[in-house]
Amino acid sequence: MSTAANSPTHSVPTHLTGTRQKLRTYGSILKTALGERLVYRGDFALGTLMRFLPIVTQVFLWFAVFDAIGNAEGEEAATIGGFGFREIVAYYLLTMIARAFSSMPGLASGIAREIREGEIKRYLIQPVDLIGLLLLTRIAHKLAFYAVAIAPFALVFFLCRDYFVDGWPPPYRMTAFIGTLLMGFMIGFFLEAAIGMIGFWFLEVSSLLFIYMLFSFFLSGHMFPLSLLPDSIETIVTFLPLKYLAYFPAAVFLGKIPDEDLPMEMAIEAAWLTFFIVVCRFAFNRGVRRYSGYGG
Amino acid sequence: MKPSYGKVLATFARNSLVRDMTFRTNFILQCISSLGWTAMNVGFYLIIFQYTDTIGEGSGWDREKFFLFIATTWFINSLVQAFFMPNAEEFSEMIRTGGLDFALLKPIDTQFLISFRRMDWSALSNFFAGLLIAGVALFRLATRDVDPMIPSALSVILYLIFLACGVTIMYSLMICLSATSIWLGRNQTLYNFWFYITNFSRYPMEIYNRGWGAPLYGFFTFVIPVLLVVNVPARLIAKPIDPRTDQEWMFMGWALVATVLSVLASRWVFRKALLSYRSASS
Repeated sequence: MSTAANSPTHSVPTHLTGTRQKLRTYGSILKTALGERLVYRGDFALGTLMRFLPIVTQVFLWFAVFDAIGNAEGEEAATIGGFGFREIVAYYLLTMIARAFSSMPGLASGIAREIREGEIKRYLIQPVDLIGLLLLTRIAHKLAFYAVAIAPFALVFFLCRDYFVDGWPPPYRMTAFIGTLLMGFMIGFFLEAAIGMIGFWFLEVSSLLFIYMLFSFFLSGHMFPLSLLPDSIETIVTFLPLKYLAYFPAAVFLGKIPDEDLPMEMAIEAAWLTFFIVVCRFAFNRGVRRYSGYGG
Repeated sequence: MKPSYGKVLATFARNSLVRDMTFRTNFILQCISSLGWTAMNVGFYLIIFQYTDTIGEGSGWDREKFFLFIATTWFINSLVQAFFMPNAEEFSEMIRTGGLDFALLKPIDTQFLISFRRMDWSALSNFFAGLLIAGVALFRLATRDVDPMIPSALSVILYLIFLACGVTIMYSLMICLSATSIWLGRNQTLYNFWFYITNFSRYPMEIYNRGWGAPLYGFFTFVIPVLLVVNVPARLIAKPIDPRTDQEWMFMGWALVATVLSVLASRWVFRKALLSYRSASS
């Protein structure tokens, strides 16, 4: 994370102390953001538990659907789009985990607001890299979130363990699952940050953001497994990177991605991630060049 | 002097419309976004009906009838969101900031003032989306080859009556939830809870009535009657009046009773809450 472009005052120290200092800066950023988050932990835990309530409705809705098709459970259980009844419920639970990694509430709108209100110049004159700072803050927020949310998540998954018909996936798939979650987090971050950077060109991005959120809810697989889509649409949708935000991690966990395709699919995800990092950096550099701040 | 409630209501409606029209682009964007949300839901159900003919074995909720159900949900939710949601949100805010003092001083019923002050006209776009869904579903239901059906005049009249009952129940529930913020100060979680509760109401109630869903079914039918809100009117329009089970008649009767009870309950909770209100200012 080069800061040379934005921090002419910071080029004096030697390379080693510079790195150490940078690490210390980032360490304290991380700590501040973490503390900030943990203030509301009670409300947080309750809110997280409640976020699972819509899944209750999904359980009954999908049981009714599978019941109408054939047997919802048992030896000859019906499947649609490669999913049986129990697997679909497991799928919804897993997308909750995936979304816990990939969702970035307030990131894009926050960046756009700081550009609009001129607060961004505060970061431009400081010897920190804005994207790195935002990423660290976000990581801290996520860590605080997991620290509190792990209890409700564990409770719900324990209660729902019967929906995971195949039990735990083998180690290599578990590793891939964790990999997709981490990459999902990064893709979510750089994608939304890039959308926020559009604020350098158009001051108001809230409507654009809403359209993105709408599409992302539908096309990330948060609403239903993407393999349920009609084949022609599915081909297009699975080509888009939005699936990494929810569908893909869950599909990896449930073994819906064939083993032989898994490495290639992961490589494609990494490629998308690189793409979004580059786009985000590029947009930021171009945007800063366009940007002009006034007043103090 | 008794205030003229009709005139006051009309003024509230006009003021809100003027306010919405001041930020016209925002208004249009809000309409588009709620319509986009509707379109996504319709897409989701269309995908489900690619794989199945009915929701639930032998429940009779086939595609056209289920879309009538969805349209009913949309009517009720859009009305609640247009007329009551902004007010309930503001009510909690007024309690927190102490602005409720000004409402209490006005020479008009406080619950009336609190409930109708603001209207969100853009939420009504979903009402029109509901009309479109219902129109298409009714047309397809009337013209299909297998088991066609045209609702009778009586069912339409009953439908409208029970639609109003549904909106009233939802209104009462919302007032109760927002009144609790007098005790809790701030209740963001309760608001989310409201959305999760209405999440239950948007599917045919019989899908819950099995296994561990039975207590939920009972609770949300008899204690907090949100399952009746959409189910009773939707059943009236989607299924012929004549062959109707005793249970369905029972639910219709109970919906009427529940409407009255929930209004009374909301009134009681609201007054009780006002009594324990201590101004937050100075």
